[in-house]
Amino acid sequence: MPHLTLSHFLVVSALLFGFGVLAVVTRRNAVAVLMGIELILNAANLNLVAFGRYVAGGISGQVFGLFVIVLAAAEAAVGLAIILAIYQMVRNIDTSQATTLKE
Amino acid sequence: MNTQFAIFVFLALATLIGAASVALSRNIFWSAMGLLSCLVGVGGLYVMLSADFVAITQLLVYIGGVLVLILFAIMLTSQIQEISVSNRSVGLVGGYLIFFVVSTLLSFVALWAPWRLTSKEPVANTTVALGDGLLGTWLLPFEIASVLLVATLVGAIVIARKEVKSDS
Repeated sequence: MPHLTLSHFLVVSALLFGFGVLAVVTRRNAVAVLMGIELILNAANLNLVAFGRYVAGGISGQVFGLFVIVLAAAEAAVGLAIILAIYQMVRNIDTSQATTLKE
Repeated sequence: MNTQFAIFVFLALATLIGAASVALSRNIFWSAMGLLSCLVGVGGLYVMLSADFVAITQLLVYIGGVLVLILFAIMLTSQIQEISVSNRSVGLVGGYLIFFVVSTLLSFVALWAPWRLTSKEPVANTTVALGDGLLGTWLLPFEIASVLLVATLVGAIVIARKEVKSDS
């Protein structure tokens, strides 16, 4: 079996990012779209930590990763609050139904 | 038998299978369970990158916080009795096309780019180093992050509450 290198982690992260984009593009349920965004953020975070370990050295990559985790938590809280507000308004969280601004 | 590589393959499979079920499962609840497997897998990969504090933070914040929030949102909003219609997908062909283009391109770059690798050993005790860094070099972003968290807290409450109009 080969030795672990930077490329292994980058390929996993690339596939994770692809699945995240797939979820964001195809899902109709707003909560599932939010889960796709979490996947994308995790992929970016894995890249940051992997580059910090193999390219930069030190802990700068991990600090950046910690801040991304904080931002992701904040984003999830606000996003779910918005979804709940939409649900109270139209009794539905289908992304194709929330078109009040268009009309 | 290289144990480290075997563990890496196991964690990567857990991550990617979880991610695939987030993107493709027809049941929104199974999507959330896939997200759980994916987040645990990514946490394990952080451990393999010798980032122990980030891994623990991942478990605490993502699984203890974000995933529970998402599960609450699912319970409060979806008609989960009708499981098969709770999580529809549209435009799967275009979605697959984007998936294959994006992940092939990124994997190609990851495999063929000439990365300038460092020969430094990873930091052994990252908690000490991170604590020093957060109160030293990265003090300003740390404080801005805490202000952002307060703003998020207030904003989420204001958005999600029900407005009660007084009669007077």
